[in-house]
Amino acid sequence: MEWIGLATYASQLAVFMGVYAILALGLNIQWGFAGLFNAGVAGFFAVGAYASAIFTSAADPSRIGGFELPAPVGWLAAMAFAGLVAWPVGRVCLRLRSDYLAIATIGVAEIIRLVARSEGWLTGAASGIANLPRPLAGPGGSAAAALEGNLGYLAIVLALLLAAYLAVERQLRAPWGRMMRGIRDNETAARAMGKDVEARRMEAFVFGAALMGLGGALFAHFNRSITPEAIDPMVATFLVWIMLILGGSGNNRGAILGVVVVWSIWSMSEMLTDRLPAEYAIQAKYFRVFLIGLALQLVLRFRPEGLLPERPPKG
Amino acid sequence: MTLLDFVNFHIVPGLVLGSIYALGAIGVTLVFGVMRFAHLAHGDLATLGAFIALAVVWGTGLNPWFGLPAAMAFAAGVAIGADRLFYAHLRRRPLILTVIASLGVALMLRSLVQMGFGVDSQSYVRGIVRPDDYFGVRLRDRELLTLLAAGLLVLALTQFLARTRLGKAMRAMSDNPDLARLSGVDTGLVTALTWGIVGALAAAAGFFLGLNTELRSMMGWQLLLPMFAAAILGGVGRVEGALVGGLVVGVLEECAVLVIPAQYKSAMAFAVLLLMLSVRPTGLFRGKVL
Repeated sequence: MEWIGLATYASQLAVFMGVYAILALGLNIQWGFAGLFNAGVAGFFAVGAYASAIFTSAADPSRIGGFELPAPVGWLAAMAFAGLVAWPVGRVCLRLRSDYLAIATIGVAEIIRLVARSEGWLTGAASGIANLPRPLAGPGGSAAAALEGNLGYLAIVLALLLAAYLAVERQLRAPWGRMMRGIRDNETAARAMGKDVEARRMEAFVFGAALMGLGGALFAHFNRSITPEAIDPMVATFLVWIMLILGGSGNNRGAILGVVVVWSIWSMSEMLTDRLPAEYAIQAKYFRVFLIGLALQLVLRFRPEGLLPERPPKG
Repeated sequence: MTLLDFVNFHIVPGLVLGSIYALGAIGVTLVFGVMRFAHLAHGDLATLGAFIALAVVWGTGLNPWFGLPAAMAFAAGVAIGADRLFYAHLRRRPLILTVIASLGVALMLRSLVQMGFGVDSQSYVRGIVRPDDYFGVRLRDRELLTLLAAGLLVLALTQFLARTRLGKAMRAMSDNPDLARLSGVDTGLVTALTWGIVGALAAAAGFFLGLNTELRSMMGWQLLLPMFAAAILGGVGRVEGALVGGLVVGVLEECAVLVIPAQYKSAMAFAVLLLMLSVRPTGLFRGKVL
């Protein structure tokens, strides 16, 4: 049946969109609301993915693990560990201008990539960690079961996305959100009013990183495995950035809209380039990367506020 | 291990690597000082320079050293062009947006290299070069020439900054842009000149890294962390600081393999970066803090 294949593909696309939307919300807390430049999104994503994988996978004599905890426990661990990695970096960099944070987060992502590739006892090195549990997966086998499993997982991802969205929106309408915008727009004034700038930034940085960790865990459990090659650090980080800036940084709905637009274009262009003859395949792959770099420049130039600009909440 | 072994296996490679980092870090520190933002495309500018030199070698069959001036000129042009096209219009907005734009430029430059040259590692010349013996210290010709050339480039730059009118204008703009503009410094010209120098130095760093190791499309991105660590260690805006910082980071990385696994030696740069930012963000030579 042709339509089952299409529906399976669409549901898979939607799951990835949900995962990226959670990443974009996390980045929106850091950049959109607190003005913090995190250039290592993929690093926090990887910490979440591996943390959850270690907590939930079956025992393997070559590495630590075998806890076989339920997936939701793994996801909580993912958030905790991603936040834990963010804390010391924030401690050093958040009192300086965000340029330093950008460099430090690039460094963190690079070191996390090194650890994932070389510490076999922890991450399984190149072979990664496989056979992760996938909630609501169904028995598998037939095409219909695969679709059902995808839809079940999609429901979980969307529920978590909704929860994250509501939590972030609520925080922003609260006095905390007003304070964050105040600090972002005029740090000196906020400091003069007695606001603890570093502590507020740290909250935003750790909270955003935790959401990125959750996104990584959801990605790993959907694929049932995580390997160092599962994600290209620079491209993944960059996709989240272009999603947020195109959608409208500072606006959570904008962030989600940006995810839908960018991910649709990104995966459709992949379908196109896959049909090209092999001798152009490498060029086409990197041409797509070139185009997202160019897209960022065009957005910064012609629509810096994004598709849905930030609006101060009422009341 | 004898002292001579220590020098041959750690200090010499460390100084060669460090002089490459220094060339890159000087560019980073100039952008930091004059333009006042962290230029994240710096590493990929180095990659581009390295591959332009490779294209010259492939195209003409000449010695790779003939590729160096071409690569420096080309990268200087690319840096000036990137500034005109992608950074100049952001100058009146918060500077952090320019940092984001530079991350985009990094991705664009790298994907261009990957489209043009593929993703396999390349080298300028094939074959193994045996080192010569200088009173027990073993040096390959290319290592000696890298040290000499890097030294000459740094010397030329410091003389230029200290003695010429344009060099003084550059330092003035780094110290106080408003005052420089009021005193009649042509900021447009100084900006273009800064980018030209920065691009040329980045290309030289990429060329020397390619000459001493191999050329990969990710080589520049992996240079970024040590270059920034060196610039911050020396003090942002300080050319002599970036030189010392580069050498220190290079030697530290090569000595780090004595105590930590070799694949983590790039973590050394990160440790230097975090340490300096937490105890002395102005760096050894009292640079700026953005």
